[in-house]
Amino acid sequence: MTGCVKRCKQGLMKFAISLHKLVTGTLIRDTADDDMEMTMASHRPEGLNQLEAQTNFSKGELQVLYRGFKNECPSGIVNEETFKQIYSQFFPHGDASTYAHYLFNAFDTAHSGSIKFEEFVAALSILLKGSVTEKLQWTFNLYDINRDGYISKDEMTDIVRAIYDMMGKYTYPVLKTDAPKQHVDAFFQKMDKNRDGVVTLDEFILSCQEDENIMRSLELFENVI
Amino acid sequence: MAAGVATWLPFARAAAVGWLPLAKKTMPKPPVDSSSRSDEILYVNVSGVRFQTWKNTLDRYPDTLLGSSEKEFFYNEDTQEYFFDRDPEMFRHILNFYRTGKLHYPRHECIQAFDEELAFYGIVPEIIGDCCMEEYRDRKKENQERLAEDTEANELTDAPLPPHSTPRERLWRAFENPHTSTMALVFYYVTGFFIAVSVIANVVETVPCRPPKGSVKDLPCGQKYELAFFCMDTACVLIFTFEYLMRLFAAPSRCKFMRSVMSVIDVVAIMPYYIGLVMPENEDVSGAFVTLRVFRVFRIFKFSRHSQGLRILGYTLKSCASELGFLLFSLTMAIIIFATVMFYAEKGTKSSSFTSIPASFWYTIVTMTTLGYGDMVPKTIAGKIFGSICSLSGVLVIALPVPVIVSNFSRIYHQNQRADKMRAQQKVRLARIRMAKKGTVNAFFQYKEDRVDCTALCVKNRSAFEHQHHHLLHCLEKTTNHEFTDEMTYSELCMTESVGFRTSRSTSLSSQQGATGCCPRRARRRAAMRLANSTVSVSRGSIQELDTLHIKPTSIPQQTRSSLNAQAGDLKLNCGEHDFTAAIISTPTPPANTPDESLPPSPAPIPGILRNTRATAYTHDTFKISSL
Repeated sequence: MTGCVKRCKQGLMKFAISLHKLVTGTLIRDTADDDMEMTMASHRPEGLNQLEAQTNFSKGELQVLYRGFKNECPSGIVNEETFKQIYSQFFPHGDASTYAHYLFNAFDTAHSGSIKFEEFVAALSILLKGSVTEKLQWTFNLYDINRDGYISKDEMTDIVRAIYDMMGKYTYPVLKTDAPKQHVDAFFQKMDKNRDGVVTLDEFILSCQEDENIMRSLELFENVI
Repeated sequence: MAAGVATWLPFARAAAVGWLPLAKKTMPKPPVDSSSRSDEILYVNVSGVRFQTWKNTLDRYPDTLLGSSEKEFFYNEDTQEYFFDRDPEMFRHILNFYRTGKLHYPRHECIQAFDEELAFYGIVPEIIGDCCMEEYRDRKKENQERLAEDTEANELTDAPLPPHSTPRERLWRAFENPHTSTMALVFYYVTGFFIAVSVIANVVETVPCRPPKGSVKDLPCGQKYELAFFCMDTACVLIFTFEYLMRLFAAPSRCKFMRSVMSVIDVVAIMPYYIGLVMPENEDVSGAFVTLRVFRVFRIFKFSRHSQGLRILGYTLKSCASELGFLLFSLTMAIIIFATVMFYAEKGTKSSSFTSIPASFWYTIVTMTTLGYGDMVPKTIAGKIFGSICSLSGVLVIALPVPVIVSNFSRIYHQNQRADKMRAQQKVRLARIRMAKKGTVNAFFQYKEDRVDCTALCVKNRSAFEHQHHHLLHCLEKTTNHEFTDEMTYSELCMTESVGFRTSRSTSLSSQQGATGCCPRRARRRAAMRLANSTVSVSRGSIQELDTLHIKPTSIPQQTRSSLNAQAGDLKLNCGEHDFTAAIISTPTPPANTPDESLPPSPAPIPGILRNTRATAYTHDTFKISSL
């Protein structure tokens, strides 16, 4: 009800203003369009040398990374929408937005709502050139949606469902609705050593280190850049 | 962010000499400038066009890309220059900004391209010089309007219905866009018909009909056939009431709906009838009741839902409200002035019709709009002089705001035309974009073919980017233990599943998934042949003609399926991360090689749709499919 009253008042104000404009003539420029959008906050990254010191990348690699980054986001920061769009381009079959959302939260370590180049490069440094433990830690962070130190079944289910969403509708074999759930059950079977319903970081790292496949695949993306 | 603040710093420091005599303590030591003082020439290479400028010039604006350390990211050690892969034409303007301090907007460039360049180089558009600011703003506004219009048009009209919409949402959508369903269209035309009937009835019932026997006076038809007209009126009002209630029910925001113009018109159109029902047959009150019946003519405004032209007209009037207001105001001023003058000029004559100033208003209006009824005419010489001045000025005052209104109407009308045309072309555009997108998808299928049955002779004409992208998609498949297929096979699978599943070897393997994703052999082969015949051209991802294809279904060892299932519990971790080096995806070029180049015995690249038919064992039939 208060909304209605406020709107009535606004309507009256507008009417009075238009009456005023009527009398004084309309040669005054339209002021309504003057609130042009504030240009997006732009960000400039730290210097090349500092970034080289902070990450495991060489100067040349950083240059290459930055050029690509700058091309997609000239303002220097990535917001979630852009991130989702960029990510979705790689997966035209299905819907990559949910997973991109989780990825975004993992990249955005400062929880500022946008990813700067430093955060971006820091995460990539861990992922591409970090040690095994670092990589696993980062992954644990990705899965732990609420950052409480434990991966619960619900969190895992969300992540897995997001991954399955990326597959799209047309899959072989036909995607059943309980496929993610089964996947999660299998995962917990392997990872949750003490069967307490959650996976901690140590359990996670330990279980992954025991699995040869995971260890081998971690080295897959070593020389991406 | 003051313009050129770095340039003025030396001046400010030099002016500090004026403080020295007044200072009570000794001045602090000046900072040691470690960077080289001598100015150097920087080379900036923009897509091959080399620009040279002093370093100081660029340092003038330290909060832009070129003025800050951000440009170091683009420094090329080998050629000792800064390389930017951008438009050299636009860069000219950007560099001129550094040199002169004024940013100009090139009129022949697209506004969006210019904006993007500005964003890239970190320059705020607000500092465009006064000479070009007007043009820039106008173009930008026009562009934004156009974009907003397009997205609005896309969303509103042909957007597919979102799934899981309640009946209420569906009803509302049917009302807003009658083209979506036949029921809505029927309803739309029925209401239009009844509006027309109602308006015509209103008009006809005042026409004099032949009087009944025994009477002399002509009777209006409304009184002669009172019952018939009443019935027709009732029917129309019932339909309108029903429509209004349905709209009210379906509206997502009832408050907003009730305040909208169309809703008010609806209410005003049907109210007189109900009031007439309630009102008693009293002589005094019926006078007021008759006036109420006038409001029935508002039903004609209900046509604006059906006619776009009316809506455009209404919208034009709304957007020219200020011009119209000005017109009215100046007219009112002129009327008052001239009426007063005429009254006093004609005051002396007897039997003058100018009895009072308000009475002279009528004369002034009729004269100024050049109507000239002649029921009030000045008789004195002074009155005639002022009367002629009045009619001359009337023409001027009315003619001035009219072109503004006309140009507004023309702009809005053309915008609407453009919107309709764009909507018509949109379908074709979307279809083409979808075709191109399929190319990406089918390229991936191609990749999978080659991975599985690739021999050393397979010709690969794909870029490194494609290889890596396909590897990524493959990782995803391995993670979820499902494979990508396309629409046709998927619908086939669904169909065969629902028909019933026969036991075959594969079911036992896929039982771990609880899936019955295997189809009887016969259906597969049928599907294969049908699909191969019809959609080979699409799967190639190119629109060009195809040569004859050799299609040879082969059987693959069953292990692939089982190996997939064995890794069901495995969760591939790092498939989400990928390289950003090629951040822009372009549709990959369709496989340039035709299958004819590969040797006959080796399996030709089978189009993606046939891929999953390999799960079952086939006889080795090689059949040729020639496509046009």
